[in-house]
Formats: sequence, C-alpha cells, structure tokens
Amino acid sequence: MSIEQREARQPWILLTPALTAIVLLLIVPLMFIIVYSFWLKSAAGADTPGFFLDNWQEALTDPFYRDILLNTLKIAAVTTVACALLGYPAAYFIARSKGNRLVLLVLLMLPFWISYIIRTMSWINILGVSGALNSAMIWIGVIDEPIQMLYNETTVILGLVHFLLPFMVLNIFVSLEGIDTNLEDAANSLGATRWQGFLQVTLPLSLPGLAAGGLLCFVLAAGTYITPVILGGPRDAMFANLVYEAIIRQLNWPLGSALSLMLLVVLGVLVLIYNRYLGMAQLAKGLG
Amino acid sequence: MDDTKRYERLRERFQNGDISRRNFFGLLGAAGAAYGLQMPFARQAFAQSDVSQVRFDGWGGVVSEAFRKFAFDPYTEKTGITVVDGTFPGGDEYLALVRASQPGEYNIAHLSGVFDYARYASFDLTSELNVANIPNMANVMPALMDAFKSITPDSLSAAPYDYGTTGLAYNRKFIFDEEMKEKGAKILIDEKYKGKIGGWGDWRTRMWYAALQTGQDPNNIQDTEAAWEAVRKHRDLALKYWASGAELMSLLAEEEIHVTEGWSGRIFALQEQGHDIGYYDPPNGFGWQECLFVLRGSPMSACEELLNFMLDKETSIAVAEGQNYPPALDPTKVDLGDKIPTLPAFDPTGTLSGLTFANPAYWNGNEAEWSKEFGRVQRGY
Repeated sequence: MSIEQREARQPWILLTPALTAIVLLLIVPLMFIIVYSFWLKSAAGADTPGFFLDNWQEALTDPFYRDILLNTLKIAAVTTVACALLGYPAAYFIARSKGNRLVLLVLLMLPFWISYIIRTMSWINILGVSGALNSAMIWIGVIDEPIQMLYNETTVILGLVHFLLPFMVLNIFVSLEGIDTNLEDAANSLGATRWQGFLQVTLPLSLPGLAAGGLLCFVLAAGTYITPVILGGPRDAMFANLVYEAIIRQLNWPLGSALSLMLLVVLGVLVLIYNRYLGMAQLAKGLG
Repeated sequence: MDDTKRYERLRERFQNGDISRRNFFGLLGAAGAAYGLQMPFARQAFAQSDVSQVRFDGWGGVVSEAFRKFAFDPYTEKTGITVVDGTFPGGDEYLALVRASQPGEYNIAHLSGVFDYARYASFDLTSELNVANIPNMANVMPALMDAFKSITPDSLSAAPYDYGTTGLAYNRKFIFDEEMKEKGAKILIDEKYKGKIGGWGDWRTRMWYAALQTGQDPNNIQDTEAAWEAVRKHRDLALKYWASGAELMSLLAEEEIHVTEGWSGRIFALQEQGHDIGYYDPPNGFGWQECLFVLRGSPMSACEELLNFMLDKETSIAVAEGQNYPPALDPTKVDLGDKIPTLPAFDPTGTLSGLTFANPAYWNGNEAEWSKEFGRVQRGY
C-alpha cells in the first residue's frame, strides 16, 4: 500500500469509532422510529406492523398538533430573545473584564454542575406561595397576601431562560473574544461614540456568536418537556409533551414516533437554514 | 473443575515448557473472550437458579421508604438476595418502560388496580406464580384474589398487597368539613376555589371524578360529553395537575392548592406530619387495590420467596403502617394491630363491599379513546 493510500485511509480509521457510535446510537434508532411511525396502535396488546399512513395523516392534518407546535415555536422564540437580551451584556462584560475573567467563566459554568430538574424545581421555592419572594414581600410589607406566580406560561419561559442562558452567554463570549478591541478604539478615534462603536463595529462582528447561541437555545427550548411539567399549569404544554404523552401515557408508540419525527423535521429545517447562511463552524466554536 | 483450577493447570504446563508462551497467552485470551461472550446470555439462563438480586419498582416517596425499611432490608438480611428498588410516577410510564425492556429486566412491580393487571395480561407480560410457594397468600382477603382470578382464571401473576382510595383532600384552614360533605366531588369545579384547586393529571381519575360531578356511575358513564365538560371546567379552575404523590403532598403542604383529590395514604402521611388536611371519600369515591405483580421472565423462586416474605403478617403490617395503606390481609383472620384500623379506607369486614373499584373491562375498553381525548382537553380543546 502506497503512502498516499495509507494517508487517505487514516482519517477514516480515526473516524471509525465515532461513526460506529453515530450509526448505532443515532441512525439505527432513528430508522426504528421511522418504521414505527407507519405502524398502527392496536386497541390492546401489540402494535400492528405494516405501512399505514394514519399516524402521519393525523399528525399533519389535526389542528391540535399544529397549534401546539406553533405555540412551542413561539415559546422557544420568546425564550431565545430573552436569553439574547440577558446574555449579551453578561458575555460582553466577561469578554471585556481582565483580571477576573476565569472566575466569571467558572461562575457561568457552575449551574451545569446541578441537575437541570433540580434547577427548574428551585423556582417553586422562590416563586411559590410560601416561597422566598412572597415571604420577603410580605415581610417588607409590600403585599398582605401571597401572590400566585407559579404554574403559567411565564414561569415556563422563566425556567427555560434559566436553563439556556449559559449556552447563549458562552456562544456570544467566544465571538466577542475573537474581535480585536483595537477596532473599537479605531472607531472611537474616527469620531464614533462608544455606543456607535459598539453598534456599528462590535455588534455586527459578534452576530455569528449571537446566532449560534440563538440556534442552540431555540432548538433546546423547542425540544424540552420537563419545564412545562414542573412549572406549567394544566394547559401549558410543548410539543415534546405530546410525544411523551403519546408514547408513555397512551402507549401509542406509532403516533408518538410520527410526532417526534415531525418535531425533528421542523428543527432540522431551522438548523439547515442556519447552516446555509452562517455555517456550523461558529456553533462548534461556541460548544468547544 | 472451577476456573481458578483450570488457570493453575495451564500455567503449570506453560512453566514446565509443555506449551509455548504464544499458546499460553492465546488460550488465556480465548478464555477471556468466551467468558465475555457468555455473560449476557448466561445471566438469563442462570436467572432461575443463581439469583443474587431482584428488581422491584414502586411509587416512590413514603411508600418506597416503607418497603425498603420493613421488607427489602430484612429480606436481604435473611436470604442474601438484594432487592434493587426503582420508582415510577405512574402505571402508564412504567408499562412503557417494561414494554421496551427485555424479559427479566424488570421483576416485580407495585401495580395499581385490577385494570393494570388486565393490561399486563393483554401485553403478555404475565408470569405464573406457584401459590404453594407463597403460603402467606392464604391470609389475603378473597375479594382481592377473586378480582385477579377473573382475568387469568388458570394462573396468578400477582399477590394483592394493599388497598386505598383516591378521595378529596382539603386544607381545613380554608374549607370546613361540613362544606366538603355538602359539595362532595363538585367542590373541584366550584368557582369559589378557582386557582386553588389541584388534580392528578391522570385521565382515569379525571373521568372518574367527572362522572361523580355529573351524577353518573363511574363504571358506566352514559353522558360522556357532560363528563368531558366537567373535566374542562376543572381544568380551567385548577392551578396545577400534579404528577406524583410527592408533588401532591408538596402542593397541599405549601398551601399552593386548597383542595384536590388525593391518595388516602399520602394524605394520612400529611396529617401525621401535622398538616391540617382533611380527607373525605365521596359516595362512589375511587377505590383501588394494589398488587405485587411478577413480570414474565423473572426468577420465579426468588420472587415467590420475596412475595411470601412481604405477605408475612409482621412484614405486611409494618409496611402498611409505614405506607398508611391498609394491607391485603384479611382482618377477620389476622389481628392488624392498633394503627391500621384508623387508616382511611380500612374495611374491618374484609369484604371491601363499601368501596367502588374500577371495572377493568370498562376502563381498559375506553383507554385508547379517553386517554387521547384527555390529552386534548387538558390543552384547552
């Protein structure tokens, strides 16, 4: 075997473990889900194998699923915007701080050491009727009776922002860190105010990081189901909750498979659009 | 000859020069590979004879704590068999897990209701208990046994273990006993308590209470649209559908909600903790019995031994007192002590004629349609 042939084979040899894992743990299960989505649930007992379009017809034509999907996308969008608005100043502050940057980054990563579910449940102790906020307001004398703050769509979004904010901050931070600070100084020396320098130089250059963070937050928010279960009221649900209910509560695995593929396609299209205009490199940088 | 002896003999041959270094290491490698390959399959093959652990899944919280303290730890001490206990928030979730598992992965489950027994039978997940190996089963109330026999007449896959009710739980600081008795199940759709009402996000319980709120027989709902309308009304007035016993207790204890339906044992636990929570079983309140269901592919001898141990009078009473659910033991045959007769839903006659249980054929027959419909109603449809 020539050196060229050996060199050509080397990347594939190195990639083999990763490719094997992806095929076995992602592609094969996905194929199972695709096959399952064409089966039919029996009234009792095992599902009926075959090629039936009933589940797809129901998932695509029933306004119930469409409405919940649109509501899910709306919640994900609001969460993403909130993360961007809260995350940008934090990322900017970390990127521009000199001595304590490492400490700030460690503080940013700290929430990841605690389970997402525990972090979400912590809001019950903060916003509950006997929670910290109500107790503090009653103690100060701002209110006489506790205010009902929990179990609505706002608390669902709050829980999601709490969960996803570090992802946004990290992505924007990586982007800001790569910008030469001399560019802002140059803008200032040419007569731009600090605000104009930020708006016309720093912000446009950091947009890829903002977009990468936005994509991550949006996709993760749209796929969540724990937050509405813990912090939502009876009506609050996201699309993943419907998948959970179809598979776990109704034992309707074929319909649940079709619904999960539907969500996968919608989010997949968003990722493709992002990739088409911004490329995945920025996302990899942020995650790295 | 054991593996250690085989290895020593091989090493001796190698040291004597009878086999080469290459062959010695080759044989060691082959032995290792053979051992690695046979393990996953051997685990199942030896499951019936060489059991070191049994998996048990239950409802978590105080219920699982009582099992661990009064049944599993003493059982392990006595037999050397470890009981690995898992928890689930509801029967539907657990059934989904079992369906996705290999036979033998899950062994015993603390299942609720005869309808669960029927569902497991329909999915061919039943086992066949040798009742002769469970002599303590003789002390179980016949009424509880008969319910299972009607589904699997030729065999039995579970031992009845306890029973209870899903009644109305209310904070007595805000709702008086007289008002509760007067309004009954309708208090859950009373505008007066809007935003302070809770409910289990389980379609059966929602429909059962909707039947009571619309004056219908829960085991024969004629006007389903009226029942769904009651479910919708409750949804609009409720603050939260709780998803587990722990969440139920937390919502009531923290005064997030003032009234909900609740599990009798959990509410008794709250009362024991000093919370002023009342409990009322309305007429035709939701009665249920729980069993220890042995799943297909489980190590039967070990499971039967565990069931017998758990049905032992001493263990059963200790667990019941810990869980706050009356045991399945017949009170006309067994002295159940002082605490159990004070538990909610306790029936001193041993006939359970005062409780209304879900008709498994009726509820399982409507499961596909109603569970799906509830998913929609819950979301505002």
